[in-house]
Amino acid sequence: MNYSCSKYELKCNECGKRFGNQPLSACPDCLAPLEVAYDLEAVRGIFTRENIAAGPANIWRYAALLPIPDGFQPDLPVGFTPLVKAKNLGKRIGATNLYIKNDAVCFPTLSFKDRVVSIALANAQRFGFDIVGCSSTGNLANSVAAQSARLGLKACILVPADLEPAKVLNTLVYGARLVRIDGNYDHVNRLCSQIAEEYNWGFVNVNLRPYYAEGSKTVGYEIAEQLGWRLPDNVVVPMAGGSLIRKIRKAFQQLIYLGLVEDKPVRFFGAQATGCSPISVAVKEGTDYIEPQRPNTIARSLAIGNPADGPAAAKMILSTGGWAEDVSDVEIVSGMQELAETEGIFTETAGGVTTAVTARLYAHGRISPDELTVTCITGNGLKTTDALTGRYPEERAVRPRLADFDAYLRELDGEAEPELAAAGGKHGN
Amino acid sequence: MAIKVVLPTAFIRHTDGRKQFDSAALNLPGLIADIGQTFPALATQIKDEDGKLRRFINIYVNDEDIRFLGGESYAFQDGDEVMLIPSIAGGKI
Repeated sequence: MNYSCSKYELKCNECGKRFGNQPLSACPDCLAPLEVAYDLEAVRGIFTRENIAAGPANIWRYAALLPIPDGFQPDLPVGFTPLVKAKNLGKRIGATNLYIKNDAVCFPTLSFKDRVVSIALANAQRFGFDIVGCSSTGNLANSVAAQSARLGLKACILVPADLEPAKVLNTLVYGARLVRIDGNYDHVNRLCSQIAEEYNWGFVNVNLRPYYAEGSKTVGYEIAEQLGWRLPDNVVVPMAGGSLIRKIRKAFQQLIYLGLVEDKPVRFFGAQATGCSPISVAVKEGTDYIEPQRPNTIARSLAIGNPADGPAAAKMILSTGGWAEDVSDVEIVSGMQELAETEGIFTETAGGVTTAVTARLYAHGRISPDELTVTCITGNGLKTTDALTGRYPEERAVRPRLADFDAYLRELDGEAEPELAAAGGKHGN
Repeated sequence: MAIKVVLPTAFIRHTDGRKQFDSAALNLPGLIADIGQTFPALATQIKDEDGKLRRFINIYVNDEDIRFLGGESYAFQDGDEVMLIPSIAGGKI
């Protein structure tokens, strides 16, 4: 299989100038973020339902619309995570047509960041970088560390000093160099932009950012394909830097343009934590002006107070007739528990944000119960177990005797298990 | 009173290769006016059609985003280090 994409290059969203392909993230003239633009006509007849179905069960089935160099041979089976109908959660929050896109089980490091990193590192190799790096709130760090180890690249990863211990461990174990910065993500990100100027390193979310961000489109392609090549009515997406939500829309628009799905209006809903909600605040005020915030939330993977793609995300949400909401730390933990208890999906704090926001959107009538809605879970709960500390106190150990077990259940529930009694068990009432 | 102004590499083609310079500006509007005097080409690049600072540029004063310090009304202190950084900086051209 030929994995290379046909034609693409960097383009400035503001002034329209084109820059070919190079490690560059901002337009040198107007300083706006650069975006990968495709020659969609060149892939008409190539990017088809049939060709995609014949591809591997991972993101590389969409390679024809990903910015990867000629002759690229994918290494890891990233993505193609389950899209599951959320009947139980739906019942609880008043939704009859709700689906969950579950990137809590994305390969290899259990977050949607695996998608963007695989595209970024393909380009890092193409541009000849031996050292790669990133500024990260954790998930990105894990993914860069794991995938660069696999590709034989050296990784230097910068994180805020207060990162969750699991995310630190999940970076160090791959042999990456981890530098904890005494500051928040916005401080880390600023430092990385300076490092990228002075060192010849490939920073996946700085100088490789336009390529990196395109990996997020695969979430959109997968949703459409897994729904039987149709678009949902609504999508609920967590927002940190504001990139993912825009790229899902870009994916949908490309599918519409190429005739893989029928054109229809899709509303986009953004989810943030109240303790870091610059994009949500802007949407609620009906503006695309982002007032930066100092983050203070347990949803650290969403704690970007000055989101680079915030203005574009706010503008896009408003243009689709969508909305944005933000929820408190208490609601975030409840959201994590609710998703686990109803659907068996253990998500990290960011997924708690998305679940709680989804519930609120139904409660406030912003989404009608029968509309086809997809909510995007982007990370795994095993990485943020500290958020649940104290929620499940350790119970006493029970002697390995049936009578003790029976007594223990009575102690907990106040009566014997009904099925035990119905089966005629001696220990039933 | 003087502040030290630090520029990203992307800007030095407009400043004869200088990455840093001193300014006696009292606040952000003063600094933008000063840049207009000293490096007119840079001023053109960092301002939009309305003469305002482009929204893709962030200004930091001693590691803090100037918007947390009061923005245009913040009075520079002697010795402040003021950095101009595009919001998604990185890369060389």
